[in-house]
Amino acid sequence: MSTVENAVTPMRVIKKKRRSFAKWAVTTGWKHLIGLGLVVYAIFPILYIISVSVTPGTHVEDANNLFSNGFSIDAYVALFNDPNRPFARWFLNSVVVGLVTSTLSVFICSLAAYAFSRLRFRGRRGGLMTLILIQMYPSLLGLVAIYGILSNIGRVFPPLGLDSLIGLIMVYLGGSLGGGTYLMYGFFNTVPKEIDEAAALDGASHARIFFTIILRLVSPILAVQMLLSFIGIISDYVLPSILMSKPENLTFAVGLQMFIGDPYTKDWSSFCAGAVLVATPVVALFMYLQRYIVSGLMGGAVKG
Amino acid sequence: MSVRNEGRKPKSSEKTTKKSKHSLYDSSVTTTRGWIFKIVLLGIIDAIAVFAAFMLFAQHQWIPLALEVLAVALLNWVYLKRGSLPAKYLAPGVIFLIAFQISVLIFSFFTAFTNYSSAHNGSIEFATTAIKDANFATGDNAKSYHVSWVKNSKGQPAELLSTQELKLDSSGQPVLDPNTGEALFSYTDILLGEQGKYIQAIDRKTVIWQKTGANCAAIGADCGFAVSIPGFTPFDATALPSSQTNKLYALKFWEDSSKSGFINLAGGLDSAVESTAIYRIDNPGGDYSKVTLTKIADPTMVYKPSVDGYYRLAGEAKGEKASETGWEVFVGTKNLATIFGDQKLREPLLKIISWTIIFAVMSVLTTFIVGLAIALLFDDERMRGKKIYRSIMILPYAFPGFLSAYVWKGLFNQKYGFINTVILGQTNGAVDMQAALNNTPWLVDGTMAKIAVLLVNLWLGFPYMFLITTGALQAIPAELTESATIDGATPSQILRLIKMPLLLVSLAPLLISSFAFNFNNFSIIYLLTGGGPTNTATGYDAGETDILITFVYKIAFSTGTGRDYGLASAFSILIFLVVGSMSLISFRRTKFLEDIN
Repeated sequence: MSTVENAVTPMRVIKKKRRSFAKWAVTTGWKHLIGLGLVVYAIFPILYIISVSVTPGTHVEDANNLFSNGFSIDAYVALFNDPNRPFARWFLNSVVVGLVTSTLSVFICSLAAYAFSRLRFRGRRGGLMTLILIQMYPSLLGLVAIYGILSNIGRVFPPLGLDSLIGLIMVYLGGSLGGGTYLMYGFFNTVPKEIDEAAALDGASHARIFFTIILRLVSPILAVQMLLSFIGIISDYVLPSILMSKPENLTFAVGLQMFIGDPYTKDWSSFCAGAVLVATPVVALFMYLQRYIVSGLMGGAVKG
Repeated sequence: MSVRNEGRKPKSSEKTTKKSKHSLYDSSVTTTRGWIFKIVLLGIIDAIAVFAAFMLFAQHQWIPLALEVLAVALLNWVYLKRGSLPAKYLAPGVIFLIAFQISVLIFSFFTAFTNYSSAHNGSIEFATTAIKDANFATGDNAKSYHVSWVKNSKGQPAELLSTQELKLDSSGQPVLDPNTGEALFSYTDILLGEQGKYIQAIDRKTVIWQKTGANCAAIGADCGFAVSIPGFTPFDATALPSSQTNKLYALKFWEDSSKSGFINLAGGLDSAVESTAIYRIDNPGGDYSKVTLTKIADPTMVYKPSVDGYYRLAGEAKGEKASETGWEVFVGTKNLATIFGDQKLREPLLKIISWTIIFAVMSVLTTFIVGLAIALLFDDERMRGKKIYRSIMILPYAFPGFLSAYVWKGLFNQKYGFINTVILGQTNGAVDMQAALNNTPWLVDGTMAKIAVLLVNLWLGFPYMFLITTGALQAIPAELTESATIDGATPSQILRLIKMPLLLVSLAPLLISSFAFNFNNFSIIYLLTGGGPTNTATGYDAGETDILITFVYKIAFSTGTGRDYGLASAFSILIFLVVGSMSLISFRRTKFLEDIN
């Protein structure tokens, strides 16, 4: 491949005539102008966060002159030295909950989607419709019930109850299955059935077809699905804020809020420093997987 | 278990028909490795299940125990028997779905027909105890006590109470300290309050005393207050965190089995006072439908359970309430009647519904138009650097949403926010507070707050629309536009007549789900404005930017107006019906479901 491309490039260079500036401005230059405007619009709140996080002092108005009021990484250092607000612990909690939930939910959803896509059974259509419908219930309003269920489980089995990361993961799993299965079902349908048939003829069992053929073929989409559900979960505020109470069990979406929740002791620097640390890996992953994400979005995935 | 045997011998008729249906995936090539894996996994699950079953058994939780045993037996049966492939693939999902979603739905459905709320959050037994505990009086002559905290051998806290009584001489006059002229105290009674027991008197000779005050010398050996007694160890209650001291404050020690007089903490952790209950509870035969509360001070005032879950005078529907604490009862369609018939609710509700629809429609429209415009702008082969543009413009979408909401809240701040003070060049509140009050009232004024919410949602949502329209544009076959160009179509005609219709067809389902998402877009509203600016004139916490879901969330969880879970559940069921039927229709129309058949 690469040798062919190399052979072509010199030709292109020769063919390409240098356009005059006026012509460039009329054809694509104005687009760059608008593009730059959009870039500013898209990026300035993010620059603002970074600016606040490195501006000395805790007052948000000090940071209004983006980056020009001095530079300090005190806020970042402070984040890791406050025993009452264990940011590192929150970060770990969020990552653990996000990773475990997104992995398990994608796996469980694909199991179910495989059944819906490849097997024929009674109640298949009804089951799919039920899944679509159930995920329409505003789960937020089921919080009272979820709280009750978890506190009951916790009475018998404390490690699975309230204020436990495993309990939180279980609730997320329950909530993610409806939509996730339906999405996966769509992806699985795009894999031609003939592939399964060929494998079955060669003597592959259903489990082998599922794990080594179908899952592998849709793996890019699974990765996107995992990423989106990961971001959705680590960004969720309401559920952990109600289910978790001990400082060491919070996720950072709830924990970070503590910095700016109290109107008298607002600490925007720490909040923004935390936000930068939280957002950096997420954005990096997003950038890295951009190409796949677009295709995942076309399939109907929505970031939570 | 008997199910294990079934795996060995395939059943006759039913089995074979099933097999022929999906014979493709039923080729019985099972590897030993897979089989061992399955057995180990099932073994682990069963072991946990047995442990949980013992725990449930020990706590006499019979119904959960039955459910658990049934579920695990079913699970084993599904995975150990041959065939029933769909069940094998569906079981893990179905378990979580039933445990955390279907049960929630059922719970909400029932709750919608109850008065479950902060005032009615338990059984009548629970409410009766709570009323008794919360309604007490302290008379003018009530005895007060010094409290020392001790722990018993199990570590449970107990109160050691020392009565403070004036020392009286033979004629009943207080004895004064000959040196200072102060009244002298004698500490006569030492009492012990232990959890689960009535208050008991303690033999003074066993008490370890703390001698305080100058007057002690005048009284003699048993002066001061008790700090400990044998079998107990003293501890410093004031050094405990507030979560623990709150538990101590809640302790109450009854004087005797009549349960009308008790001793509870008053003022601080080291002083207690004798109180008397206001109501006497008569509970003939433990039947709570016949229970009565009688005012001890006025025995003619008898309160009985009423149908709306309160103790009311003589049990009449409009009778005076004994307490604002009630219990959960079924109220039939009362919550639905409130939603559809309450005049006070009507005006805010209609406003909220219309804003919810406007918000969802405008959010989809603005983000789609901007996203589409950018996609068309960049749909140009000659343009360079598109990748860089795309990478930057994806940022708002990649950035965690809750952080964006907080940041925009700060940016829109009227007095100090970046938008007012820097972009619009208005006064900074740190410089001149009074002048800053005249800044653009983002988030303060209703209309401006709505605009701000839409602007933020545009920022959050346009990258998504940009990405999906770009994807859809690229999916349009180049031959279509080429042949149109050859036929003499202008670029605008190509856009209007070819690209747009194709785009809309492929994007319609996504636009609809985006609408459904924004219809219930809780976090952006809740974190940005909290639904505010708020107007509580109607008795409902309905803000200018509240959408249905934030409004209902506040009904259920806001502390300001009381938590009415019943009403909120009725709302949630209605929202569910609306959104559910909306998506059903849209799915039908976009023929999404065709391939299901």
